[in-house]
Amino acid sequence: MVNPTPDQAIKLEVDNLTISYGTNAILRDVSFQVREREIFGIIGPANSGKTSFLRTLNRMNEFVPGMRVDGQILFDGQDVRNFTNVFALRRRVGVVFPLPVGLPMTVYDNVALAPRLTGVKKKADLDVIVERCLTRAALWDEVKDRLHALGSLLSGGQQQRLTIARALSQDPELLLLDEFSIAVDPVTTMRIEDVLKELRSEMTIVMVTNLVQQARRLAERTAFFLNGELVEVGETEEFFTGTVQDPRTREYVEGKFG
Amino acid sequence: MFEATALNRRNERVEWLWKVLFLLMTLILVVPVIIILSVLVYKGHGAITWEFMTEMARSGGREGGIFPALVGTIWLVGVALLASVPLGVASAIYLSEYAPDNWFTRVINLAIINLAGVPSIVHALFGVGAFVLFFRFGASILAASLTLAIMTLPVVIVATRESLQAVPRAFREACWNMGATRWQTIRRVVLPNAVSGILTGVILEVSRTAGETAPIMFTGAAMFIPFLPQSVFDQTMALSYHLFIISNSIPGVAEETKYGVALVLITLVLAMNALSIAFRVYLRGKKKW
Repeated sequence: MVNPTPDQAIKLEVDNLTISYGTNAILRDVSFQVREREIFGIIGPANSGKTSFLRTLNRMNEFVPGMRVDGQILFDGQDVRNFTNVFALRRRVGVVFPLPVGLPMTVYDNVALAPRLTGVKKKADLDVIVERCLTRAALWDEVKDRLHALGSLLSGGQQQRLTIARALSQDPELLLLDEFSIAVDPVTTMRIEDVLKELRSEMTIVMVTNLVQQARRLAERTAFFLNGELVEVGETEEFFTGTVQDPRTREYVEGKFG
Repeated sequence: MFEATALNRRNERVEWLWKVLFLLMTLILVVPVIIILSVLVYKGHGAITWEFMTEMARSGGREGGIFPALVGTIWLVGVALLASVPLGVASAIYLSEYAPDNWFTRVINLAIINLAGVPSIVHALFGVGAFVLFFRFGASILAASLTLAIMTLPVVIVATRESLQAVPRAFREACWNMGATRWQTIRRVVLPNAVSGILTGVILEVSRTAGETAPIMFTGAAMFIPFLPQSVFDQTMALSYHLFIISNSIPGVAEETKYGVALVLITLVLAMNALSIAFRVYLRGKKKW
């Protein structure tokens, strides 16, 4: 376990987290830390509890009946379950899904939705937010002439960047990405990766990915989940330079399974 | 060169037979509709005049027009909609967006299905007991419309719930992740995309409400009133009930008049259905995802 250096604050502290569904544990007794303003990668094959973990971070698990969470997750030192207003918690956390979700409203309204939910009404203010978020998501140039076209009819790659722009419009402290490149072409993937490299100086990013090389390109530190267990967490480079402690990690990153 | 075997040819003939059989069955279904419409048009078109549509009925419906019945039907449908649409849409929103999946919700769903299966004459008796007598509305537009509303509530609820469910869950999740409450999500994303389906359901409800006779005959429809209703507490004539009355209770009504009333009623209902279909086609062209 790599301890954070003193100059870098801890954004998330996961303590003995167990997520279960009925009697079936999806994630078992997991503990690690995510630092302020880093890209933290989570790798592992399907069904290893990665997505469930993301859902517990902003308490979206509460929409899944029968899901139980034990242990705790401290967000800036505060247990996420103790946030009296769950909506305020979720506003601080931006989420990008595996499949792009362009809401069936205009591109403009997609990005203006989150600010509107918090009471921003003036068109001038919204205009600024929309342009800024679309620009940071590397989508502005492609859609600036059709802001009033339907967001749900953009191409898949554009919709995924729209989803990122929407997440950014919340002004999040924490950005969660769940296999964002699974339904996106390689060129768009590279553009989004460049976006993430820009964003890392401003926010903490937790990135679940199936692509080991993507974690290597982006993440400072990475956790390896396998069948609900945290096998290893450490500097991403260590995963590739043979200093990993667990043989399963080496086999996974070398592509021998998963 | 490819040669068809005997088996190939036989399969082809059998295929043709099945197709023709299914086509015939479908045609049998269409025949009554065509006959009903043509008989009505043939026998009733002579009665349809400007006077027929705009004049008061005279001498028990033997003479004059059907204006009070036409207006009465519009009153009944309008008041029924005012009651059933808010109630139906609100409960559909609850059932689709808020209700947890437990025994209580399942009991409610079962109740709605059963409500749809209750015969209309039973609704009529309920209407008499509840609205005419218990709430002391008397035989009135209000009592008749509320009876109609309860009878058509399942249609509104089911249509609304289905159009809400047709909005992908991913849209809701995206909103919730942004910190939107359930209501914000419903108002900004779910309802705007379900409203077309809801309206289609409402229009179909209108056509059904306009044609019903049993629920209104004890609760507010009158055989013969030579003036228009002034408020929801008045009794009123209605097209469906008027047709029923001149067909079996009033002697000496011209054949043509009866067919004329039936023609007006069915035209009204078909026009509503056509409107609903046109609306659906229009919205399909504007599909948003």
